[in-house]
Amino acid sequence: RICVITLAEAHPLLQNGKTITSVNYQISASCSRLQNKVSGKSKRGAQFLTELAPLCRISSSDGEEYTIYSCIRGRLIEVNENILNNPAILQEKPSTEGYIAVVLPKFEESKSITQGLLTRKEYEEVLLKRLNSSS
Amino acid sequence: MSSLTEKDRPIVQLLLNTGTCPRCILRFCCVGSQALYRCPYKDLMKDLKEFLKNNQEKEDTVCFDVVDPPCKRIRLEHTEEGPDELNHNGALQQIPSVNNENTAMENSAVKVCNVCLGILQEFCEADFVKKVCQKVNSADYQFTSFVFSVSLPPQLSVRERAAWLLVKQEMGKLGLPLAKDDIVQLKEAYKWIIHPQLSEELGVPADGKSLFEVSVVFAHPETEEECRFLATACPDCFKPAKNKQSVFTRMAVIKALEKIKEEDFLKHFPCPPSSPKNLCVALEIQCNNGAVFVAGRYNKYSRNLPQTPWIIDGERKLESSVEELISEHLMAEFKADSFNFSSSGREDVDVRTLGNGRPFAIELVNPRRIHFTAEDMKGLQQTINNSSDKIQVRDLQLVTRSAIGRMKEGEEEKTKTYSALIWTDKAIQREDIAFLDDIKELKLDQKTPLRVLHRRPLAVRCRIIHTMRSEYIDEHHFRLHLKTQAGTYIKEFVHGDFGRTKPNIGSLLNRTADILELDVESVDVDWPPALDN
Repeated sequence: RICVITLAEAHPLLQNGKTITSVNYQISASCSRLQNKVSGKSKRGAQFLTELAPLCRISSSDGEEYTIYSCIRGRLIEVNENILNNPAILQEKPSTEGYIAVVLPKFEESKSITQGLLTRKEYEEVLLKRLNSSS
Repeated sequence: MSSLTEKDRPIVQLLLNTGTCPRCILRFCCVGSQALYRCPYKDLMKDLKEFLKNNQEKEDTVCFDVVDPPCKRIRLEHTEEGPDELNHNGALQQIPSVNNENTAMENSAVKVCNVCLGILQEFCEADFVKKVCQKVNSADYQFTSFVFSVSLPPQLSVRERAAWLLVKQEMGKLGLPLAKDDIVQLKEAYKWIIHPQLSEELGVPADGKSLFEVSVVFAHPETEEECRFLATACPDCFKPAKNKQSVFTRMAVIKALEKIKEEDFLKHFPCPPSSPKNLCVALEIQCNNGAVFVAGRYNKYSRNLPQTPWIIDGERKLESSVEELISEHLMAEFKADSFNFSSSGREDVDVRTLGNGRPFAIELVNPRRIHFTAEDMKGLQQTINNSSDKIQVRDLQLVTRSAIGRMKEGEEEKTKTYSALIWTDKAIQREDIAFLDDIKELKLDQKTPLRVLHRRPLAVRCRIIHTMRSEYIDEHHFRLHLKTQAGTYIKEFVHGDFGRTKPNIGSLLNRTADILELDVESVDVDWPPALDN
């Protein structure tokens, strides 16, 4: 099952007042997500991601830098190069054109991964709890 | 046409003594007259013995003349005449005494030939022919000709080689040459004898190009191990193949026989070959009809029907499929073993196919029935159309195998037209979509859509939208008719697929767009030929 990684609704970058200055896929000296190359149906050659693998680092005008993590175990199929040139779409259309990356988990892990995710409802409950506890 | 002459005498004597049957003897004497092989076994045996006895009697060498009409008559009439005709050259006076001796010898069991292991003996007889024809008739096939294919055990090649070496040796002693290529092949002689008999019983001619194949596999378990020595002598000819039971296939054995040196061969294999106790066994007699191809065009009126069965983990996700709805009736009529469905492209489960429909072709494997007139096909078409309202077929006809190529051409090269019902988030007015009508040859870059990415390689496709025509419906809906290049993903052109198809309707209209319904209006392939439906 194909997974598309995007910024969550509640992410700071999507809150008012933030301006994104740059998106960087070079996550370490030896690894750039831009160099990811896959071939064939089974996507050989893909960089393998664990839940905590960084996808990219996004800098905002107020000096903050946010690391976006994969959250899904699997092969990295592609990263969205459009946000490199046009970071604005990350904020304008975070769930569609502003996606971060596409990941393909192993067939066997597909079900367990899906079960480990939050449904829309569960997510909203988490946000609500967060709001209540901080006030 | 050759006949037995003096120079053949030593071969005949040698082979007869070592347990070779008359027909194999004729083969090694390079006798090319088909009619002679068809003579009854007993008569051939008798006459060979005659021939051997006659060496003192005659100065003329010809005792086994087959050029004369009498023997041809045998072939045409297909009767058991034999003796009188063959011996017309003058050994007639000796028949009585010779006959008695021969009959006495023939009454004892016929020895299994050490070269053909009975193929040119028992398996040329009427009994075997009857057995084969019984099998053919009970299988209930329709056919107008047949091709008879025979699979011989590999040991026969080995024994043939041994016999040839034996004969060569003998001829060498006498200072006479022996050409290997003139020796009649066993399979060829066998077919000379059995084809006319099969043809007569089945009532149809033998034809090398026939689609109806009757095949017999022979085996000789008693001598199965005889090929083993070749493996040690030529190991590289015998590679273990996972899907074959035995490494000693006919081809491998023949290859090894070509490579092995005479001395090595003679070291490991008895020459002359030993006389076996048993005949070959006919393991299987099978019938197979060549595939027939049925083509047509189909319309799909359901938004809930996959083209091929949709089964995941053994569970069917949606009932039926286009292919099953069409093939079901064809399989029943043609009585085939199985089918292969192919079409000029395909559509999603939720997409209808309107207009003239999409070309398809079905290969029916091993059909029992093959004779269908144009009327029959029309009737079949009606049956299919009456059986379901989800699909309809037209132009149903029999085609040749080459047809499939033409159809696949269509898949990649020809244009298609579609009708899409589109929704937009922000309101639109007529003016907002009018410009779409003027866009010609719009170039798209489509990355592999996410919805198929799990089973397709990641790639970028350049596709062209030739023309578009919009139909305004309301502030959030319009219908778009498009004519596109083959292989264009329409749904992705409408919603943009996360921006991975560019340009897209959303980007062109500067809104978010999505597709509600899609129909294929036409598949622009002019095949199969349209019929008066």
